[in-house]
Formats: sequence, structure tokens, C-alpha cells
Amino acid sequence: MSVAILYDSTKCIGCRECEKACAARWKLPYNDSVAAEEQISAHKLTSIQTHGEHYSRRLCMNCIDPTCASVCPVGAFTKTALGPVVYDQDKCIGCRYCMLACPFQVPTYQWTSRLPIVRKCDMCYERVSQGKPTACAEACPTGATTFGEREQLIAEARRRISEKPQDYYQRIYGVEEAGGTSVLFLSAVPFGQLGIPTNLPKTPLPMLTWRVLSRTPDIASVAGVLLGGVYWITHRREKVAAEEGRKGERK
Amino acid sequence: MKVAPLRLTLWRVLFALIICGGLCGLYVRAMYGLGGATNLTDRFPWGLWKGFNVLTGIGLGAGGFTVAATVHIFNLKLYRPILRIALLTAFLGYSLMAVALMIDIGQPQRIWHPIVMWNEHSVLFEVAWCVMLYLTVLSLEFAPAVCERFGWRRALSAVRFITAPVVIFGVVLSTLHQSSLGTLFLIVPEKLYGLWYTPLLPVLFFLSAVCAGLAMVMFACRQSRQAFGRQIPAPLMEGVAWALAVMLVIYQAVRFADLIQRRALHLLSQNRMETWLFGLETALLTAPLLVLLAERNRANREARYLCSLMVLFGFVANRLNVSITGLEASQATHYIPKWPEVMITFSLISIGFAAFRAAALHLPLFVEPVHAEEPEAVAV
Repeated sequence: MSVAILYDSTKCIGCRECEKACAARWKLPYNDSVAAEEQISAHKLTSIQTHGEHYSRRLCMNCIDPTCASVCPVGAFTKTALGPVVYDQDKCIGCRYCMLACPFQVPTYQWTSRLPIVRKCDMCYERVSQGKPTACAEACPTGATTFGEREQLIAEARRRISEKPQDYYQRIYGVEEAGGTSVLFLSAVPFGQLGIPTNLPKTPLPMLTWRVLSRTPDIASVAGVLLGGVYWITHRREKVAAEEGRKGERK
Repeated sequence: MKVAPLRLTLWRVLFALIICGGLCGLYVRAMYGLGGATNLTDRFPWGLWKGFNVLTGIGLGAGGFTVAATVHIFNLKLYRPILRIALLTAFLGYSLMAVALMIDIGQPQRIWHPIVMWNEHSVLFEVAWCVMLYLTVLSLEFAPAVCERFGWRRALSAVRFITAPVVIFGVVLSTLHQSSLGTLFLIVPEKLYGLWYTPLLPVLFFLSAVCAGLAMVMFACRQSRQAFGRQIPAPLMEGVAWALAVMLVIYQAVRFADLIQRRALHLLSQNRMETWLFGLETALLTAPLLVLLAERNRANREARYLCSLMVLFGFVANRLNVSITGLEASQATHYIPKWPEVMITFSLISIGFAAFRAAALHLPLFVEPVHAEEPEAVAV
């Protein structure tokens, strides 16, 4: 079993209670100027955005097969069995490859700090592992953000779409995007209009590099043997030539 | 130590100015963090230090393994006189890359973490290991020059004894990490512009690194010839130029075959910044190919020099396009490096030149003429 968040844009009223709860959970300052920031950042790990008449929410998608966990050279990211993707700040060397690679632009950096770390939503891993919902889901007054078991939430999303087809764009975002995510979106309009990336492959992105990387031992051993062979041949040839006293011809 | 000729004073003043700028940049980086020293943002986390210093620094060092393989593995002794120059450019390229990386990463004191914290799914993890090991290999490959200088005979024979396996190991490592630098960008299919994103990025990175490495060796030979009056036999340099032309042909053939196969050629008809940058890169890497295919031009010292410069600039353009400009459109940002980024980069380049010069003055880089080979050839 793994948990997930379902964000239903049609139920969101833009009250930003999720932002406030998230800031409290991370012990980050929250005031009007922070509330006005639309982009997520190292001091604002979730954000409500306004796209015309519709609201959208930014947070870590907690992918099923997370790109960040795959690219991190020191393995600072882990996909937990429970669902959240957690980050170990004590491992991080600050290469920022996770930020470059994340298809959802989620990991953010403490740019003004002298020894910065990456920040991202971890789906309230501590709370969730104690059986509690995420802070944002608990704070949401309208049920726009709900927390639960992923399969059940997908079923719930399907039910909403089919019960009120006129209110919904007929897709659930996150079921298969980039191999599937633990955060699901429902919307009244196509997801591109909510500023969410819609050009992602359905296969997990880590496959793209693993396909090449997993061949490393083969390439290394074949190249090693080949080069060793060439070395042996070229030097053997020279030795034979030397022994036969034809050395002058070579070179 | 020789007293420097007067005409070099201007260069020394320039060098001092650049280093001062770099130190100021370093101060800003240390005091105000990456935000103060760079124009990087959450949307654009990799800039000049990664795109230029790391990608290009490693690529320009590819001459080291190419020439080492030619001399030691393929046993083409003609090229022995440039072996140490090639190894030195590689060693400097990699060392300066490591310095730049220490400045670029947010937690430089944790640079050793990949040694104990493994993630074999990460391309960067593989690159980190290969580069660490290859720097060790380069030190061993270059060690004879230092041993000879200080007369350490025992160490010299020990290093000579392990040459073959070390060189083979070095070539394997280089093949892996030069291509892996391209693999790094396979993870951003939706961000990198279509002219550059291809599943063949690892292959293209490897081929272009060999080209750049050869061009770097030609450039370094020319510089040392001008500065120290060392003559490198002409047939040798013509051979390198020929190898460069052949590698460029292979590179461009693979590249355009891939563009055609991916049906991406139509992108070239769009009037966008990317098209022009791609054109610039292609021109800089194609013109030398055409020039050097003619035997008459390969025999011309100036033509060779000009071609090596064009390949170097073309290579830099390619790496910057893949790592910076090719990503800008999808990120809807324009990244222009801040002055500390630029000054630190220039400083590192200057230090590279100065270190090469110092090594050329004090180490026996050029002392292995072709005719002195014979007794040792049997011993190896």
C-alpha cells in the first residue's frame, strides 16, 4: 500500500490554508509577501497558483520512480515504500543535478545560504508514517486536497469525473505521467492551462539513463579486453621483428 | 630559473588582473553563496561552471587518453614526443575541472561523499568515480616526467613496469566518462532542444571529446613551440591533423545521420536562436575538417593552428549549447553568467596556461626524441 495526495482544482477556492500549514510544518515564515509568491522555492514548498479562473497547486509529485532519486550521485533521495520521496540533507553535496533533472521543477535551492541544501515537499513523511494525513490535506477546508491510499484516490477521482463529466477535463494527471506520481490532479481544463508539464513520457525518466548506464560493466570489460589484445599484438609484433633481426625496417 | 623576457610583462599584468578578479569572485562566492556569485535560479540550476569548466575541462583533456592509447597500446612510436604534452593538458584540464567543481557545488566539504555513498543508478556517480580514478591514472602516466626530473630511478622503473595496465585502465575510464557526460543530459528529454537531444548523446560526446582532445594537443604543441622554441617533428603534427580530420568526419557523419533519422532536420529551417547557435557550432567543426582533409593544408603550420582553434571553439560552443542555451527555451529563462562566474572561469583558464608554462620550463616534457626509443622499446 502506498499513500497519495489528490488535488482537485475544481474544489480549490485559493484560500492558501495548505500553504500556511505547509510553512508551519517546515517551521518557515509565512506572511503576505510569501503568500504572494506563486513559484515554489526553498522557503515555500507548496504554492497555490492562479491561472485565469482556475487554481492550480505546486508541490513535489513524489513520483513512483523519482528522477531525483535516480540522478543523485550520493543517493540523498529515497522513494519510501509508503509513498513519499524523502531527502537526506546530510548526504547532499549540492551538485543540483536533481534540480536540472526533475521534470516537475520541484527541488529548490537555498541560493543565499553559505552551505545550502535542497528543499522540497516530502509529503509530510513523518506525519504520514504515524498514520496522520499530510499537513496540507488536514488544513484544506474544501476537500480540494485530500490524502489517502493511492488506488482509492484514483478510484475516487474516476468517480468524480464520471459523475460530473461537465465539470472535469476527462483525465487524471499523475496516473501515468513520467511513470506515475503519488500526487494526482483533477482539473476543469486541460492540464497545460494549469502550468503543469504535459509533454512528459509515460515511462519513468530514469529508464533513459539506466538503459545506457547499465551497460557500463559490459563496455568496460569488452574495451579492456580489446585494448589488451591490441597491446599484446602490437608489442608481440615488435618483439618478433626484433628477434628476427629485422628491427631496422620497423618504426 | 630563467628571467622572463620583457615582452611577457604585459601578459603577466593581465594574468595578475584576471587572478585578482577571480579572487574577488571567490570572496563573493564564499560570503554570499551561490545566489550572490551566480545568476543561477531554481529553474536554471546549472550554469557556466558546470557547462564550461566541468564539461569542457574534461573534454579538452581527452587528448591524454587518445595519445596514450596511440603510443602505448597501438605502439605508434612516432607520436611519443607529444605524449607528455597530451598528458599534461589532460592533467591540467581535469585538475582545474575539479577546482571549478569545488567552487560550484553547494557543499564542497562533502566532495568525498560519492566515495562512500553509492548510487549506481546515477550517471553523475559514475562520472565522479571515473574522474577520480582517471586523475590517479593521469598522475601515474605523467609520473615518469617528474621522476626523471628529480632522478628517482626506482620510482621510474616501478611506474614503467605498470604502464600497460594503467594506460588500458585509463582508456577504459575515459571512454566511459567522456560518453557519460553526454548521458547526463539524457534525463531531460522535454527540456533540451531537439537539435541537441538525442539518445546518441553519449556517442556524440565521446567522439567530439576525442576531436577536442586532439585539437588541444595541437594547440598546446604550438604554444610550447612558440614559447620555448621546441620543435616537434612535422610528420607527427601532420599525423595528428589527419587523425583530427578523420575524427571530425566520423563525428559529423554520426551527428547528421542521427538528425536525419530522428527527423529533426526541419528544426534547422526555423529562425530561432538555437538554429544559429547550432549553425555556428557546425561551421566551427566542419571548416577545419574540409581544410585538413587536403594534404597541402596539413603540411601548413598556420592552417593546422587555425583549425585547432576552430575545433576548440566549436567544441566549447557545443558543450555550452547542450548544457545552457539548449535548455533556455523550455525553461523560459535567459541565463547570463554573473561577473564572479566569468572571472573565476577566466582565472582557472589563466592558471591552466601558467601551470602549463611552468611545467614546460621545469619538467622534461620534450626530451624523448624518436631515435632514443630503441633500447627502451624492448624493455617495455
